[in-house]
Amino acid sequence: MTADPTPLPRPGTALALTGLTVSYGAALAVEDVTARFPAGSMTAIIGPNGAGKSTLLKAALGLIPKVQGEARAFGQPVAQAMARIAYVPQRAAVDWDFPARVIDVVQMGLYRQTGLLGRLTPALRDRAMDSLARLGMADLATRQIGALSGGQQQRAFLARALAQQADLVILDEPFAGVDAATEAAIIAVLHGLRSEGRTIVAVHHDLSTVTAYFDRVLLLNRRSVAEGPTGTTFRRDSVARAYGNQLLAAIPA
Amino acid sequence: MTPFLDALTFQAGYNAALVSLGAALLGFAAGCTGAFTTLRRRALVSDAMAHATLPGIGLAFLAMAVLGGDGRALAGLLAGAALSALAGLVWLQHLTRTRLPEDAAIAATLSTAYGLGILILTVIQNLALGRPAGLEGFLLGSTAGMLRSEAILIAAGGAVTLSLLFLLRRPLVMTAFDPAHARLMGVNTRAVDMALLLLTLACVLTGLRVVGLILIVALLITPALAARLWSDRMGGVALLAGAIGAASGHLGAALSLALPDLPTGPAIVLTAFAAFAISALVAPDKGVIAQILARARLRRTLRGSR
Repeated sequence: MTADPTPLPRPGTALALTGLTVSYGAALAVEDVTARFPAGSMTAIIGPNGAGKSTLLKAALGLIPKVQGEARAFGQPVAQAMARIAYVPQRAAVDWDFPARVIDVVQMGLYRQTGLLGRLTPALRDRAMDSLARLGMADLATRQIGALSGGQQQRAFLARALAQQADLVILDEPFAGVDAATEAAIIAVLHGLRSEGRTIVAVHHDLSTVTAYFDRVLLLNRRSVAEGPTGTTFRRDSVARAYGNQLLAAIPA
Repeated sequence: MTPFLDALTFQAGYNAALVSLGAALLGFAAGCTGAFTTLRRRALVSDAMAHATLPGIGLAFLAMAVLGGDGRALAGLLAGAALSALAGLVWLQHLTRTRLPEDAAIAATLSTAYGLGILILTVIQNLALGRPAGLEGFLLGSTAGMLRSEAILIAAGGAVTLSLLFLLRRPLVMTAFDPAHARLMGVNTRAVDMALLLLTLACVLTGLRVVGLILIVALLITPALAARLWSDRMGGVALLAGAIGAASGHLGAALSLALPDLPTGPAIVLTAFAAFAISALVAPDKGVIAQILARARLRRTLRGSR
């Protein structure tokens, strides 16, 4: 067997961050973060408020400029691999009073297929409907998005990502402010994606569900505190370091 | 009433017919474009852009007069207006980059540009280059002496604007709804935003003569606000806004022709506002009457089930 002529990318890496540094003005929001997200894994990014979790993801995707460092997806610079990546922003990022129906939003995930003027073929329409159905939203396809509950909005966003059929799905707080039924529906879909070999990266806040939902964690507090499989990395001491011992201080000794 | 009806039905003479047809075409283009401008939250930016046309109009007049031509040639004035609106836009973007809040930057740009424009107009008046410049018409709009060539200019500008809107509708909607997602889907959102501002500017320029630069923003946003009450889909909102804009333009121009001292701009804008007010009253679901009825019905059902 001959040696692989290309030393990098390491096969099986969906997303690799190297020395990623982001600043807001003079303040560093994310400092020298290096992390690897293996293909087919499901990673929680965990850390206190202001730890730079959302910032890290946005910089990795090129939505905000980075000071230093590199983000590669599937061995390519992220910008070139964008067709294989889906991003689910925080729900509050958009105006839900926008004149659109649920299915219109999901069909926005098909822009790479339709382009400027391409027809929305029956196959593409089916793809959008199937994405909604996977989240139990098929009945709401023609509902105005302003009439959705918070959990339904989150599901509509995830359906738009599903329609993209991406290999890497990046979610910013997908469970923020949603009820238990929605959380269960979303996690079922995400686990389904993982079993198809796709990669999930999600900013996550609920420490009690990390072990049940995710197989890997990245603990972040501006810098990377720890990274690895949940079983060995999601430990009291590393979480305490990520949260600067705030958690322990809140509990009576 | 008869002059008004005559104007409405294109019976008030060739020139009047030109004006009301031009105003309707302008209203349609401005309504459709404005639906996107409003949803992308660029209403105030377009107002600043409109006010920033004034220095350019004045300077273009001076330049053309000095060069020995007719200072009132519309093409030259519009070119000057476009250049100075773009300069205002660049300045505005520079101001926002200095971390000035956007609304303050817009207010500063709008008032400074308008002040500068009025100053230049005053200079022109005092110079008294032979005869009155007649530039005041650009402030509030005028139907006086609209030429066939000007009506054709409006129609052509509107047609180009509408075709570009149709061509760019998907990226425009995606950028307005969720710009981050649009970027990740390969949409060049900066270019799309620039295109939207240029389309808006095209409406402002074609509307300068008829509606005037002070009020043109109302023809962009009011039809969109009214249309939003009737439709929950972007395509529907844009087309309805165009229809409401066209009706406002036509009715307003007819009003202005019938009441000789009423400038066209206010007449059109108030007509558009009337359309909005009526919509707010009678629109299904979101209208005031519909909401009162729905609440009464709910109360009745609750009482009945007790």
